[in-house]
Amino acid sequence: MNPTIAGDLTAFRAETHAWLDENCPQSQRAPVKNGFDDIFAGGRNPHFHNEDQRVWFERMRDKGWTAPTWPRAYGGGGLSPQENKVLEEEMGKLGCRKPLWSFGLMMLGPALLHYGSEEQKQKYIREIVNGEIWWCQGYSEPGSGSDLASLKTSAVDMGDHYLVNGQKVWTSYADKADMIFCLVRTDQEAPKHSGISFLLIDMTWEGVSTRPIKLISGKSPFCETFFDNVKVPKENIVGEVNAGWSIAKNLLTHERSSIGSLFGNIFPIQEFAKDKVGLENGKLADPVLRTEVARLMIDSMGLKYAIEQTIDEAKAGQQPGAKSSYFKYTGSELNKTRNELMVALAGYEGLYWGEDIKEGKIARDMCRTKGNSIEGGTSEIQLNVIAKRVLGLPTFKG
Amino acid sequence: MALILSEEEKMLKSSAKEFLSERSPVEALRRLRDSQDCYGYDRSLWMEMAEMGWTALTVDEEYGGLGFGYVGLGQIMEECGRTLTASPMVSTALLGTTVISLGGSDAQKQALLPEIMGGSMITALAFEEKNAHRPFDVSTTAEKSGEGYKISGKKVFVLDGHVADKLIVSAMVDGELGLFIVDGKSEGISIERKFMMDSRNAANVSLEGVAVKADDRVGGKEVLEKSLDIARICLSAEMVGTMQEAFERTIAYLKERQQFGVPIGSFQALQHRAAHMFSEIELCKAMTLKCLQAIDKQDKYLAVKASMLKAKVGEVLKLVSNEGVQMFGGIGVTDDEEIGFFMKRARVAQQTFGDYNYHLDRFATINGF
Repeated sequence: MNPTIAGDLTAFRAETHAWLDENCPQSQRAPVKNGFDDIFAGGRNPHFHNEDQRVWFERMRDKGWTAPTWPRAYGGGGLSPQENKVLEEEMGKLGCRKPLWSFGLMMLGPALLHYGSEEQKQKYIREIVNGEIWWCQGYSEPGSGSDLASLKTSAVDMGDHYLVNGQKVWTSYADKADMIFCLVRTDQEAPKHSGISFLLIDMTWEGVSTRPIKLISGKSPFCETFFDNVKVPKENIVGEVNAGWSIAKNLLTHERSSIGSLFGNIFPIQEFAKDKVGLENGKLADPVLRTEVARLMIDSMGLKYAIEQTIDEAKAGQQPGAKSSYFKYTGSELNKTRNELMVALAGYEGLYWGEDIKEGKIARDMCRTKGNSIEGGTSEIQLNVIAKRVLGLPTFKG
Repeated sequence: MALILSEEEKMLKSSAKEFLSERSPVEALRRLRDSQDCYGYDRSLWMEMAEMGWTALTVDEEYGGLGFGYVGLGQIMEECGRTLTASPMVSTALLGTTVISLGGSDAQKQALLPEIMGGSMITALAFEEKNAHRPFDVSTTAEKSGEGYKISGKKVFVLDGHVADKLIVSAMVDGELGLFIVDGKSEGISIERKFMMDSRNAANVSLEGVAVKADDRVGGKEVLEKSLDIARICLSAEMVGTMQEAFERTIAYLKERQQFGVPIGSFQALQHRAAHMFSEIELCKAMTLKCLQAIDKQDKYLAVKASMLKAKVGEVLKLVSNEGVQMFGGIGVTDDEEIGFFMKRARVAQQTFGDYNYHLDRFATINGF
């Protein structure tokens, strides 16, 4: 890692800008339009949507800038928080896309850096940085949603391996993923939070199968994942046996803040509104929708600034803590409101469904957002977390 | 610019907090109200505030000010909001210095700013005429008369108008809006003090042929609009202080008040409402700092930011102050309990410089829909 003093950041900024400008293909300097359908997610069978995407990914990967702040020892960029801020700012100025989006980068990686063994870091962190493995997450079960810690998927110690049996649900992209990080029960007798371990399982191993879930929106990345007598080597446990719950909580914080920050992007809804409803005397023709659009824009800007502030506080050394719970709550509620409003603004067109995904996009997207306040912890769970962990309100004893 | 306070700004904020909680807690406002104090604010407290430089924060060093900026003033305002301190901070330290700094001639700045900073001159912006915020709907006129003008018209909701040494009056002059500095004791002025719900004061001012000199003019519509945007943002900072204090008092009460043998804060019906308010307050805090920084950065999108902020903060303060009264239960609707003072201040602050509806409309208009 370069020991950088404040004065050197100017040089770093200039170098970074020049390198990005020289190495980022023009097509990779525009915002991602179709979400997950447009991005590069890595994996054993990597799918690049075009040659520019491949070139951009490989160049960034070689510098470790798919994970700029992770240690160089594991293939990361080794940048200080200050340098990373400069990199983000310069990428922002040029409009450079992130070269790699993955659950490994957003969720598993940070947890492994904290809880993983040296061998696990050497293997898995490097694979994540290089985009070699597509990870998915196995948390929820049919009987364990908000009450996640009641999960039943079991991992029985067979001496030289664990034998895993059970079912996970809402495993995003499990049908495409190479590996899954899972919460499993390793102690049936202990109190529910104290018998859970964190296990890494290869999706190609015998006994693992998946089935896609169709949502009210008509499509989804979600799957059910089944474990039927799956043998898992003991070195695939992360952290201590029966201490998986604290890893899970840590990881959920990353998930919630990343879900929340996804909603920090401002969609130009005023243009959509003008296009669909039209103007009369310079004002949106429907006065009630006009105030709803203004209100939504204001709330969206508020969330954007709040996220920006939390990032700046983190860079200045303050801990975000349970703050991310309100990002998840506010962000997902706001996204639901936004998509409901778009249906209202679009009128009859907003009701189109049909087979053509594009024509039915407004209605389908609205349906999809109903899951936003459920996945990653419901809005009600987020409010519980804030009440308990941030506000310190007492637990109910009925 | 990082969206955090600098060390100096943090120090200013904590010293203001300490000073105000000792010298001007909510009981002080109650005393001013109950005694029907003829000024409506504590004059010796105001002199101390001036001595600490709170009146000079945004004034250029060239005119003897501190040039510290609006982020700094915002921190003071936030702390004044926590203690509901009644003082000429809004009328004088905020509006007076801002209008004169933006629109004043060098001679006006030399003459007026030192007196304002010293605490000896109270100013009041007399710009409202309608029964709600309509700053550009002006019937008051300034007619040419000899070398100067004669101003006639009626103004309402003039904050601190009854104690103002100088009024800054908006009037139509040659078909456009002008601002004029008018001595509070001029012939032809009559000032009627109005007690407001928040135990502060706003006067109705009538002007009949009040004579001013040509060089008493301090700019026009642009100065007024920019000054109001700055005032909206700084008042929002005060309101964010008020909402935080009301919220913290409410949370403390939820932990302390027992019913059915348990603290009422253990009931999920109240916990979720409290957690929702927390989320909304966090947004308001971040938005306020962003907008205060925008003033200091001379952001060209200040108008849209000011309307965004004033609309949002007004709504959240309304929510938090109402929920405070409700969650305090029976005691919350008694005059003995202070939570009601927060609700009453909220209502006045919500309408001052434009309410939620006004700013939602303005926000949409500026954004082209």
